Amino acid sequence: MDVILELLQKDARITPQEISKLAKIKVDEVRRRIKKYEKEGILLGYRAVVNKELVKDKESEVRALIEVKVAPQKDLGFDKVAERIYSFPEVKSCYLLSGSYDLLLVVEGRDLKTVSRFVSEKLSPMENVRGTVTHFLLKKYKEDGIILKCAEEDRRLAISY
Amino acid sequence: MKKTTISHKVQIMPPSGIRVFFDLVLGMKDVISLGVGEPDFVTPWHIRESAIYSIEEGYTSYTSNKGLVKLRTYVSQDLKKRFGLHYGVEDEILITVGVSEAVDLALRALVNPGDKVIVCSPSYVSYAPVAELAGAEVTKIILRSGNGFKLTPDDLKKAIEPDTKAIMFNYPCNPTGVSYTKTELSAINRVLERHGILVISDEVYDELTYDFAHTPFATLPGAKERTLYLNGFSKAYAMTGWRVGYACGPKDIIAAMTKIHQYTIMCVPIMSQMAACEAVAGTRKPVEDMKQEYQRRREFVVGRLNEMGLSCHKPQGTFYVFPSVKKSKMNGMDFASKLLKEKKVAVVPGTAFGPEYDGHIRISFATGFDKLREAMDRMEEFMKEL
Repeated sequence: MDVILELLQKDARITPQEISKLAKIKVDEVRRRIKKYEKEGILLGYRAVVNKELVKDKESEVRALIEVKVAPQKDLGFDKVAERIYSFPEVKSCYLLSGSYDLLLVVEGRDLKTVSRFVSEKLSPMENVRGTVTHFLLKKYKEDGIILKCAEEDRRLAISY
Repeated sequence: MKKTTISHKVQIMPPSGIRVFFDLVLGMKDVISLGVGEPDFVTPWHIRESAIYSIEEGYTSYTSNKGLVKLRTYVSQDLKKRFGLHYGVEDEILITVGVSEAVDLALRALVNPGDKVIVCSPSYVSYAPVAELAGAEVTKIILRSGNGFKLTPDDLKKAIEPDTKAIMFNYPCNPTGVSYTKTELSAINRVLERHGILVISDEVYDELTYDFAHTPFATLPGAKERTLYLNGFSKAYAMTGWRVGYACGPKDIIAAMTKIHQYTIMCVPIMSQMAACEAVAGTRKPVEDMKQEYQRRREFVVGRLNEMGLSCHKPQGTFYVFPSVKKSKMNGMDFASKLLKEKKVAVVPGTAFGPEYDGHIRISFATGFDKLREAMDRMEEFMKEL
């Protein structure tokens, strides 16, 4: 992966000037590449990592992982069905998997009822959906490589040889 | 009058002149410290986990004086793989309590009273005092910023006397970050060979070499029989607190060092040795990731320092830079104290590494990028306000 993407992924606030110094690439070239990545849909956005374990957010109080069995469509495979499913705003993530089921969804809602209703009224009745299994999420420990707790303090002596 | 109880040798040891400054830093809150001489990474988890396992399984005993056979085997294999260096597991490798112990053992095993030992300056703080404790007379070679703080064959020729026994050599170097190419080392080796000088080579920063491949001194033609190769796990694997290092060299020297080691230390703690086994045998990915991170920070820090007028050479290794504070019209100690008081950024005054370096400071970039950026901003402000 381009070092520019790697650095931005670690810290979206990093400036082109800083990237230029860290990676020894001219500032103009850094800017040009970032623009190009944005245009190509490689860089889709810049956002903060919020630890939702600690923040009350009414709209996403309850999270569930939902396994979905799907009958693929002729010529289209799973893509069309997946699109119908992920277009619901409740669906935060959607993956196609190998194994005993096909799609794995991460769904968020304000309470158990909302999520259950989404499954029973929207998801299950959908043509091509053969069955679902819903797992409610109790606690998140680590997500996308980030451990969801405060960084530990520096235990080193402040000064040493 | 009360007779002093302290031995003469220790009495004449120079006190650490910057202890007062260190205490000042340790007593202050919310300081961003660029004065830390160890990695900011925690030991990789697979290494910590294996140490925990070893304790659970009851590995709590002494080991052989020389260290676990398993660890010596891994070290031997590692050196063979990385550099084509061959050291026998049985009698050419000794596991020590960090490179610090290895330096002490080496000097005590080799030096007779009055022997001269060459120490380059600036250097890591322990070399000269430990050599003197061992009874050596220290010959200092003052390295100059104009030469990029590099030791040259000419420096050496001038310093060598008939009773010069050994040189204490360190590269990549703490505090300057200087390292040497194979060609540069070969030229140095030719001078040492001519005079039959032993080389105690502290290469603990070898994995943090950025611009060219690291060449162990012992791999130079004809050097192996005269070289004691010292290395450890602290820097490459972020394992400073475990205190594990090793010495490799000619059988007679290793045997002599082992004698002292068995009477003073007995052996390195077994759990630390078990952790070190996992470090060498396990994945190298964390080492490579850390190196890459240091390399990027190096570019950033060198760029920012030079922009703000604190001119510095780009270090070829380690996580240190050794800039001049000439532009501030202060000496390193005043600069460091004022910077600490006004901007709460800690650096180490150059005099810590030799009295000749009061125009320099040592900056460590073993600090997360966020803090490094903040520290550079504060230092830039500081320079503007002078």
